[in-house]
Amino acid sequence: MTQTGAYNDKVMDHFRNPRNVGELEHPDGVGTAGNPVCGDIMEISIQVEDDVIKDVRFRTFGCGAAIATSSMTTEMVKGKTIDEALAVSNKAVAEALGGLPPIKMHCSVLAEEALRSAIDDYRRRNGKS
Amino acid sequence: MKRIYLDHAATTPTAPEVAQAMLPYLSGVYGNASSLHSFGLEARTAVEEARARIASFMGAKPEEIVFTSGGTESDNFIIKGFALSRRNKGNHIITSSIEHHAVLETCKFLQGQGFSVTYLPVDENGLVNPDDVKKAITAETILISVMHGNNEIGTIEPIAEIGAVAREHGVAFHSDAVQTFGHIPIDVNDLQVDFLSVSAHKLYGPKGIGLTYVRNGMKIIPLLHGGDQERRRRASTLNIPGIVGFGRAVELAGSDMRAELSRQSVLRDRLASGLLSAVEDSRLNGHPIRRLPNNVNISFAFVEGEGLLLNLDMEGIAVSTGSACTSSSLEPSHVLAAIGLPVELAHGSLRFSLGRDTTQQDIERVLQVMPGIVYRLRAMSPLARKGATA
Repeated sequence: MTQTGAYNDKVMDHFRNPRNVGELEHPDGVGTAGNPVCGDIMEISIQVEDDVIKDVRFRTFGCGAAIATSSMTTEMVKGKTIDEALAVSNKAVAEALGGLPPIKMHCSVLAEEALRSAIDDYRRRNGKS
Repeated sequence: MKRIYLDHAATTPTAPEVAQAMLPYLSGVYGNASSLHSFGLEARTAVEEARARIASFMGAKPEEIVFTSGGTESDNFIIKGFALSRRNKGNHIITSSIEHHAVLETCKFLQGQGFSVTYLPVDENGLVNPDDVKKAITAETILISVMHGNNEIGTIEPIAEIGAVAREHGVAFHSDAVQTFGHIPIDVNDLQVDFLSVSAHKLYGPKGIGLTYVRNGMKIIPLLHGGDQERRRRASTLNIPGIVGFGRAVELAGSDMRAELSRQSVLRDRLASGLLSAVEDSRLNGHPIRRLPNNVNISFAFVEGEGLLLNLDMEGIAVSTGSACTSSSLEPSHVLAAIGLPVELAHGSLRFSLGRDTTQQDIERVLQVMPGIVYRLRAMSPLARKGATA
């Protein structure tokens, strides 16, 4: 395996083997963030039972950091309550990945925004907002 | 795993013959070419041999060659130096929208100094229209700068035609030939250029050395002051090992350029057509025929270039991308924008640039791994059509 320059092993692991890729068949909330013009877009779907995120899936068009942070975010919020999930910041995700190059920090915001958008959607559907 | 280097447009491996030729000048022959004693003479002789060889390779006279540190310096030197020297004659410069940043940023700098700059558009294949150049010329125009071969999409510009327009109107003409020199034949008189920028490390020479061609009679204010080197056009002790290596690289190009031009063109076309047929929703950027013999630039829809690049790197294959994510500006390539490529396709573009060391097997290996990589990324892309495959 060739060493890649920009990212650490943990980021590369999530880029190579992203967790929770895809779409849920019957999601309770769906959110998107970013846009193709900026070069990244993320779509996240969540399944919620008793206020807990039981399952989560994502699809991302974006660079290595965007894919890795998407993957890590889904891993971190799975099994958490909605409020706990909302408290997971992009910084926490970047830290869990062992750090991102400074120029890539904005990519981590994408996953946070997509997750919030999915939670908003869930709350709307359930008349909670 | 054999690594495959397909980023020769970024830099080429230094040829072993070049490194060998440089060695004596890194140790035993250390004189300063400006010194009058025998140590200086040895260095001076080596420099003038290289200068004469390089000049003759482009149909120039030795005194028309000014050694610099590379392409960026050459572009800066010519554009700033000539604009300043003609300041009282006019303040207008014409260039194209797909130039290297060394030209574009220098022009922007001059705009801040009171010059006005026209950035000509290009067509969908990246070609500058010589008629557009003609129409843009005003009484104030002092310099036209259009690159010879584009570094991203490989389009070769109609330099001789633009040179004819420039000459007809008495306007000086510069071309950045960093991607073409040593790869396709260049004669400064056929191309009707007054200035050229060239960099040695793009033709298997060392890094840190390049040149400007300055046609006899063209006055240009130096970038560097403080010495009489290079006929007072560039102060600084000459980089003797670099110049000797550059000379050797040009000698090698002289012996195999034409053969490599046709060999690499065949591999280029095999790679381009192979990728386009193996991967759905992909397109070739740049001119289909008028292009550098070593350049393939392809956009893969629904995926992002950095992801493609990282996956290829894991397979040991080195390429580059016009995607925003790899640039500090976070904006996709200005060249892909200028040819009218939609931004989302620009984000998914890869440049493969071949070289002397590229083999048919290398190309086949890329064709073998690429569809799977695109498919994998498309499978996780929200932009991909349902059920889209590579």
